[in-house]
Amino acid sequence: MNTTPASTPTSPAAKIKVNNLNFFYGSFQGLKSINLEIADRHVTAFIGPSGCGKSTLLRTFNRMYDLYPGQHATGEIVLNGKNVLDKKQDLNQLRAKVGMVFQKPTPFPMSIYDNIAFGVKLYESLSKAEMDERVEWALKKAALWDEVKDKLKQSGLSLSGGQQQRLCIARGVAVKPDVLLLDEPTSALDPISTAKVEELLHELKTDYTIAIVTHNMQQAARVSDFTAYMYLGEMIEFGVTDEIFIKPKRKETEDYITGRFG
Amino acid sequence: MNTIYRKRLFINRLALLLALAAMAVGMLFLAWILYTLLARGLSGLSLAVFTQMTPPPGSEGGLANAIFGSLMMVGFATFIATPIGILAGIYLAEFGNRGWVGPTTRFINDILLSAPSIVVGLFIYTVYVAKVQHFSGWAGTLALSLLAVPVVVRTTENMLRLVPNSLREAAAALGAPQWKVVLSVALRAVRGGVLTGILLAVARISGETAPLLFTALNNQFWSSDMNAPMANLPVVIFQFAMSPFENWQSLAWAGALLITFSVLVLNILARTLFSQKTSS
Repeated sequence: MNTTPASTPTSPAAKIKVNNLNFFYGSFQGLKSINLEIADRHVTAFIGPSGCGKSTLLRTFNRMYDLYPGQHATGEIVLNGKNVLDKKQDLNQLRAKVGMVFQKPTPFPMSIYDNIAFGVKLYESLSKAEMDERVEWALKKAALWDEVKDKLKQSGLSLSGGQQQRLCIARGVAVKPDVLLLDEPTSALDPISTAKVEELLHELKTDYTIAIVTHNMQQAARVSDFTAYMYLGEMIEFGVTDEIFIKPKRKETEDYITGRFG
Repeated sequence: MNTIYRKRLFINRLALLLALAAMAVGMLFLAWILYTLLARGLSGLSLAVFTQMTPPPGSEGGLANAIFGSLMMVGFATFIATPIGILAGIYLAEFGNRGWVGPTTRFINDILLSAPSIVVGLFIYTVYVAKVQHFSGWAGTLALSLLAVPVVVRTTENMLRLVPNSLREAAAALGAPQWKVVLSVALRAVRGGVLTGILLAVARISGETAPLLFTALNNQFWSSDMNAPMANLPVVIFQFAMSPFENWQSLAWAGALLITFSVLVLNILARTLFSQKTSS
């Protein structure tokens, strides 16, 4: 099983190293000995059929699963030289460093401005002017500023679905995390909003390490530098995106990508 | 058109007819009650009702002391019940999912919710009134708050359970600690519903008579001393309506109209608040 990048001409440094990760929902094993390196300031895509464990894997990086009893992980996920699965890991600080955007837009029931400021206030005490600046910066990063600059006091719920999702991305970017996790961020969006979000990922990867789960293989091919194909909780193939899509090493990967799966 | 379809159409019309008839019966009695209240109560309603004290039989008077006493006791009871109810509701919905404390609390709360109010009155009589040897406004307040707490707990918990987990995850994903997630995001998302619960609790306790009979009793005079027996609308209505004196009976009708009208207004307020919050 090939679990290291197939060819690495410029071999970027790894931001996250996953060593022998196993994950359990109660007694059901959702992930089976995953080994993987996520490259710093690149986009890594996870593809595979529903239930293959790609979202589960993403949710181990910020230990989202800890919200629910009965779910646990073994192995190692090393971020900035520290194992985040360590019992001593402070979860709130981890999640401030590893941001997440979800499948459905989840604006908080507050103004657009406060949606962005919410996360920032948790870890930084900024003056009014600094906060204004940060909010503008984050909204510009998420390509939403021009659409909302005149209605920052309006409820975040008043925006359209595509705008709400970009608001959530801006919210995640505003706290300046190291890593941004995106769990099918465009599956509820129309093609125009999707294109905007994809453009955004392209810009964000100059500053952030991005991991994205997607059901859309064209999207994975368009936005990612590395792609992982997962099936039934196992990492089947992982490599440079172009190679995975043009000449996959494993037959299962090829079958899935060409639609001959199942 | 075949016979099976015809039969189904017939059953459909029959069911609709029965449903409408049931609604009509309910509405008829509600309208009747409101009509009687208005017909009897409006004539007794005057400025004197709000400015004068409850009179002795046969002389002029009003309900000022009873209105004031009811406002005091319902107000204090709401003030006590709201924080307890909301905190307990938050605990049940957000923190009490592991272990046995949560389910047990929920079960006991449900029993309290359906407990006859006279039992609550007797309880406060035994543990408080009998100990301090006198009826008081505080005793009435305690009894009313015991009735209001379970209503607030139930609605707060139910409302918080409507908050999708994705919203909690989104807040946690920014590094927000759990208390912050609950207060700033989850509770905020359903604040209209929680407020509705409080208003419904106020509506529920403002008409209660039984728990006040053994606790606040009554007072013919103006009293703002919460440690003394206190006049209140429900008990005054009870007492005056049973009396043979015409002026008392007329005041009882006026008081009944006042309570019903306030409860109606509170309910309408609660419903409009709730529908606004859920649609936005």
